[in-house]
Amino acid sequence: MYAFNYHKPKSLADAQALVAKFPDGKILAGGHTLIPTLKQRLAQPTDLIDIGGLAELKGITVSGSTVSIGAGTKHGEVADSADVKKAIPALAALAALIGDRQVRNKGTMGGSLANNDPAADYPGAILGLGATVHTTKRAIKADDFLKGMFETALDEGEIITKVEFPVPKRAAYEKFRNPASRYVMVGAFVAETASGIRVAITGAGPTAYRWADAEKALGAKFAVASVEKLVHTSNGLNADIHASAEYRAHLITVMTKRAVAGAGG
Amino acid sequence: MNAVTGTGIGASVRRKEDYRFITGQGTYTDDINRPGQLHAYFVRSPHAFAKIKSIDTAAAKASAGVVAVFTGQELAADKVGGLICGWTVTGKDGTPHKAPPHPAIALDTARCVGDQVAVVIATTKEIARDAGEKIVVDYDVLQAVVDPVDTLKPNAPQLHAEAPGNLCYDWEFGDRASTDAGFAKAAHVVKLDLINNRLSPNPMEPRVAIGEHDRATDTTTCYSTSQNPHVLRLILCAFIFGLPEHKVRVVAPDVGGGFGSKIFCYAEEVVCVWASRKLNKPVKWTSDRSEAFLTDAHGRDHVTHAELALDKDGKFLALKCSTIANMGAYLSTFASCVPSYLYALLLAGQYTTPAIYAEVKAVFTNTTPVDAYRGAGRPEATYVVERLVEVAARQLNMDPAEIRKKNFIAPDAFPYQTPVAVAYDSGQYELSMNEALKMVDYKGFAGRRAESEKRGMLRGIGFAAYIEACGIAPSAVVGSLGAGVGLWESASVRFNPTGSVSVFTGSHSHGQGHETTFAQVVSEKMGVPIEQIDIVHGDTQRIPMGMGTYGSRSLAVGGSAIVKACDKLIAKGKKIAAHLMEAAVDDVEFDAGMFKVAGTDKSVPIGQVCFTAYVPHNYPADLEPGFEENAFYDPSNFTYPAGTHIAEVEVDPGSGHVTIAKWVAVDDFGNVINPMVVEGQVHGGVAQGVGQAMLEGVVYDKASGQLLTGSFMDYTMPRADDLPNFDVGMTHTPCPHNPLGVKGCGEAGAIAAPAALMNAITDALGVEIDMPATPEKVWRAAQGKVRALAAE
Repeated sequence: MYAFNYHKPKSLADAQALVAKFPDGKILAGGHTLIPTLKQRLAQPTDLIDIGGLAELKGITVSGSTVSIGAGTKHGEVADSADVKKAIPALAALAALIGDRQVRNKGTMGGSLANNDPAADYPGAILGLGATVHTTKRAIKADDFLKGMFETALDEGEIITKVEFPVPKRAAYEKFRNPASRYVMVGAFVAETASGIRVAITGAGPTAYRWADAEKALGAKFAVASVEKLVHTSNGLNADIHASAEYRAHLITVMTKRAVAGAGG
Repeated sequence: MNAVTGTGIGASVRRKEDYRFITGQGTYTDDINRPGQLHAYFVRSPHAFAKIKSIDTAAAKASAGVVAVFTGQELAADKVGGLICGWTVTGKDGTPHKAPPHPAIALDTARCVGDQVAVVIATTKEIARDAGEKIVVDYDVLQAVVDPVDTLKPNAPQLHAEAPGNLCYDWEFGDRASTDAGFAKAAHVVKLDLINNRLSPNPMEPRVAIGEHDRATDTTTCYSTSQNPHVLRLILCAFIFGLPEHKVRVVAPDVGGGFGSKIFCYAEEVVCVWASRKLNKPVKWTSDRSEAFLTDAHGRDHVTHAELALDKDGKFLALKCSTIANMGAYLSTFASCVPSYLYALLLAGQYTTPAIYAEVKAVFTNTTPVDAYRGAGRPEATYVVERLVEVAARQLNMDPAEIRKKNFIAPDAFPYQTPVAVAYDSGQYELSMNEALKMVDYKGFAGRRAESEKRGMLRGIGFAAYIEACGIAPSAVVGSLGAGVGLWESASVRFNPTGSVSVFTGSHSHGQGHETTFAQVVSEKMGVPIEQIDIVHGDTQRIPMGMGTYGSRSLAVGGSAIVKACDKLIAKGKKIAAHLMEAAVDDVEFDAGMFKVAGTDKSVPIGQVCFTAYVPHNYPADLEPGFEENAFYDPSNFTYPAGTHIAEVEVDPGSGHVTIAKWVAVDDFGNVINPMVVEGQVHGGVAQGVGQAMLEGVVYDKASGQLLTGSFMDYTMPRADDLPNFDVGMTHTPCPHNPLGVKGCGEAGAIAAPAALMNAITDALGVEIDMPATPEKVWRAAQGKVRALAAE
């Protein structure tokens, strides 16, 4: 990697000051995307501002029908949390499917969402559950947060502080992995929420998105039979040496069907 | 097993070397750092094929901490020889293969992505890399060709002036006329087109090279991740630098896996050695994983058309195949022999096929060079034979086990002369297969398939009755086939005065467990516990000239040399013991560490004999002191391990996911020294074979020649959860021509597994597909079967 200055702020306010001070700096959380990028010399930030240790960004709380998870919470902490397992078991199960144990003990929810890798799992969860992303500036609905491949609604220097998930009536996540990277190639997060059925697809397109046809069909009847005959278009889906757009489109139906079954439909 | 030590032949002794490996205390080449050491960074071609118009190194040379920047011109000016191929294959037309120049740093043309273009030597790795980015290379980018079929087309880009049409050789083997006659009288002809996918070896430890020159003695040491330090020294001295061998030392310490890829002499070793001599400073290069994908010699990459002729009862009459083998951009150290002699000579498999003919075109493309990779030619041969046989069974509506049994070479037919030159030493093929059928519960398969189909799953079973030629190799035989070396092995067994033993072997351990198994051999022979035995390897200054480790040769050849040295010690020990016991030498027997006078209770232990040899106060007058013997062993034949692997899979037609439900391996490696180590070798080999069949595959972009599988994000290495529990059985048909009766086990799994697994997957699918059977490929292929089942 190229040389950079390393900063470890003691508070979120200090972190924001540093971010403002170094326009060509980067925020480091768990580092699971940034560090490999640096190692391959694909990025050259002047400064790294390490928010990984900030207590303000940690913690999981459940109050009423909302699960609130600090942006600095590691995947493993979400996966192992008795509170999350009880309130939204599908979210804990999703976290348990991210990477391997080492990755889960380092990578953070905020880092994953801010990066918005098309092959990340959490974007599917926030969209599928209709979560709200809180930042140093505002609260952003999941439907407004994900903008495109590696693109979010975050402004320069805006830091995710926590994510609030409404507890659904039932939900499940099904993931088909890329055989090489084990990242999600097609994931379907299906939830029956207070505001209706939500079906989020991640891994298949440039960014996670909701599948309206499936939501409509499941809204009529929450059952495997409602979605198993649905045909998803391959237009606009990702294609690479591991899976064509056509195969991804097919897997969307398969994974959605399995998620519905997993949620008891 | 030796009753005295409990650590002799046949004991599952835990590996002695594992303590240091598991606790992170191994000494790998990258752990070695020499005083004043500099670091090398290679500037590599980003283009698959390009003329180098100019290289501007000024900014790099001016950088603080940079000691030197070299291009191919400086190496040429110093008359540094290019990399060589040590085996000359002669083509159909009687001309030798084309081995175009392969400079360690490209002179005017880069022929694959990753080709060396310049090297920066600096005080740290980071400085070297920063400076490397300041080197400006002006390329004239040419159209590249990466596909082995495309490269033979008339309008294909031409890689080397010395190899018109990109043809390295056009070679044939076997009897064409008798093969044609076999096909002419056939009741059935089975035809199959196969691709044997290109693999990246990916040992856990990437390659490392350190050159260090000692001005005082004018001696240069090369620390390297080599599987065969003496072969590397020979190439460096005789072909690259023209130096006497006593002035070059090669040290290959703990090496973290090789799978063949560390046999070869690579450009980086040449450059580090040369630069250390030029700069009088140690120069180190450590490959990162990205460089490993680009520069470690790849494996396989064949395109084959094969046909099998059968009579009306399913008896094989003849086999022919035509293969195009991709050599990559240059001919690597032993590349030429892999798709020729290590391939076509195994096409008889375990069968009595009376006539065989193979032709192979080896071709150059703008890709990383291809050379030996675990199995080297033999997996490709087994894949051709065993896929053909399986498809024949399907087309003739015969049971895949029965068609094989019908054609097996009978156990009383050995030694068996095949129509492709080799004579098999021994084997009991039906015995292994019957054991495997029992272990897999073959009779229960139909029921298991029906049960899977009830759940909407497709179940398949696949066989591979493989053969390999190991214990490489009789020197005269390989010499007659074009090898530039002899393939004997050496050993020196030194008893130290107090009775401990140092064994010096020319073989090299890079994961095989020699420190344990070789010690067991000595423990058995000499009656000494293995704690008292040290196996020394990997340093040309310490060990006798040896040929290294590859081709499942270490025990069969290297172990036999150790046995020979032990036998010499026993013979000498008898003379000493006879003197001590005042008996006739002919009356002295040796067993389990004791020299005894036959028919009496007189005995002396080996420790006393050894001590007497070093403190010869009371000693035979005509005998040399000392208790140490050397031996060289040149095998009289290859060894021919064989066996049957059976894979059973369940395919999810909805997603294309394949689950390996069962894996049964019944191998015959002859006698076995350490069953636990052998089982481990089988597990590892099968894992790599499963990798080839379902997961791995090097992919180049056809238009640009860029490597698309340049990291583990895109190159699918097998993981533990891709693999089943291995059900490993063994039969033991000793090798009749080496003293241990062993055949070699290192490559068997990788040879058997691809065919077994692809036979199982295609059985489930009902159509033939090529490796790797990725989820998308399987899903597409499964749809016909799904429709057929729905129609039933």
